Amino acid sequence: MEYIFHIIILISIYGILALAQNLVMGEAGLLAISGAAFYGIGAYVAAIFATKLGLSIITTLFIAPIIAGLIALVIGASFARFRDDYFMLATLGFLMIFNTVTKNWEILTNGSYGIPGIPKPQIFGFIFSTPLSFVFLSLFLLIIVTIVSELIKRSSFGRALNAIREDEDALKIFGYQTSRYKLMIFTIGAALSALGGVLFASYITFIDPNLFTVNESILLWAMIVVGGMGQTRGVLLGALLLIIIPEMLRFVGFPTEVVGLMRQCIYGLLLVFFMLYRPKGILGIYKL
Amino acid sequence: MKYILQTKNLVKSFGGVHAIDHLSINIVEGQITGLVGPNGSGKTTLINVLSGFFPHDSGEIIFSGVNRNKILSWENQIYNITRTFQQIRLFEQMTVLDNILVVLTERSPIYSLFERHTQYHLKCAEDILRKIGLHEKLSHRASDLSYGQRKLLEIGRVLAMNAEIILFDEPFAGLFPETVKKIEEIIQNLKQEGKSIVLVEHNMAIIRKLCDHLIVMDAGKLLAEGHPEKVLSEKIVLEAYLGE
Ligand SMILES: Nc1ncnc2c1ncn2[C@@H]1O[C@H](COP(=O)(O)OP(=O)(O)O)[C@@H](O)[C@H]1O
Ligand SMILES: [Mg+2]
Repeated sequence: MEYIFHIIILISIYGILALAQNLVMGEAGLLAISGAAFYGIGAYVAAIFATKLGLSIITTLFIAPIIAGLIALVIGASFARFRDDYFMLATLGFLMIFNTVTKNWEILTNGSYGIPGIPKPQIFGFIFSTPLSFVFLSLFLLIIVTIVSELIKRSSFGRALNAIREDEDALKIFGYQTSRYKLMIFTIGAALSALGGVLFASYITFIDPNLFTVNESILLWAMIVVGGMGQTRGVLLGALLLIIIPEMLRFVGFPTEVVGLMRQCIYGLLLVFFMLYRPKGILGIYKL
Repeated sequence: MKYILQTKNLVKSFGGVHAIDHLSINIVEGQITGLVGPNGSGKTTLINVLSGFFPHDSGEIIFSGVNRNKILSWENQIYNITRTFQQIRLFEQMTVLDNILVVLTERSPIYSLFERHTQYHLKCAEDILRKIGLHEKLSHRASDLSYGQRKLLEIGRVLAMNAEIILFDEPFAGLFPETVKKIEEIIQNLKQEGKSIVLVEHNMAIIRKLCDHLIVMDAGKLLAEGHPEKVLSEKIVLEAYLGE
């Protein structure tokens, strides 16, 4: 039972991250590969504020999105002139800078040793220490992020994002300052990703720089490509499948180390397979 | 006669190609101005420059007396100008309705976050779709439309912009006669509403029928201008076409 709770929590966290990535990549067509950085920023904000300043994790659930959002605002504004593959490279550069900073700014992050002893969330004296209580908390946040994502998709703003994905230059002709739209969704995406980071840090109670590398960003890409871009159901299905499939290998009898290695291969293969043969994903209706 | 749009010594080059070469033209308010010339004479480039699709190299562009050194395409709404694309550019994976709505709704990113579309927007969009005969296709994807329907949807977006200056880049190209007739009517109605129209077109019968004024371009330069009948009988104009 504990194991199933563990899987549900992971699916919720990655569901949040994938929905955030989908807003940026699926809805607006921005090839951001910085997903893991904002996820990591959320996790580090939670870890640092909770272990060094003694703030509660619930408080960091509010602080982390703001910090991640502000960083995204600055990064996004300076990347505004980049399009497509250049934008992708720029966001990859940012992710690598983030990885370097977490490894080397030891006073703040403990470098490669990581930050242990991150507390569980606590509110009105109730501690989310049991797996079941954490399941409820993470599902609750997943539902909030799903609602936010749906509201954005259904707004005029969401329609404009789709038009940016389809033909940004044509949309400009009709009076849209598209760079503002892109900056805003990049910021919103970062803030939502940070929520996933806080949850993850508090759940695992230990984080180190290796948890937030480009591999994680690729996993998020794979989730939305496999499940189906631009479709909430599809994105959540992608998160579910890509968490469950590697876990099944364990049941089939592969040893843990092998599963760890095979995981990356599976993600990569699925990503390539779907991009080649079914770019819309399982439930999706759009392609890039 | 009031000039709503003027260019003075406008230049735009691509590498060594002078697509627009010291072009000075005047567009009169409330008229349909035809723009003709052989292929590659710079008509599309002129529309691209006027709508801010890419910047011009030198010269002046004046909208209603206001000199605009740098045209930013998103400012088209402020300057009340819009256009169609010769190479159709729709929002392909969006529905026909959304292609129109996106032109009607809020432009500010903050406000648009809290708006879907009002009843008013929906009614406007449906009226436009009825006018261009695409109302039954409202929930289809733009990419699923036929060529003629795609051309009509381009026109629909222009109607949704409700701009004062409209630049049509070969809106009739490749269409069946009944669609041509429909678009002719739409353009004539726009003129009746007082809009100023620039119409790029190769079919001289349509030019004669619709235009009040005609501008002939060749190799980026102004070759002739004036009343359509008169211009079309000029020797240099005939030579430019026959020499193609
Ligand atoms: N984006 C571009 N890049 C390079 N050359 C271009 C571009 N657009 C137009 N041209 C060149 O400019 C000239 C004018 O083209 P265009 O404006 O499309 O003519 P028209 O619309 O009158 O047929 C042509 O020689 C064309 O090859
Ligand atoms: Mg042309």
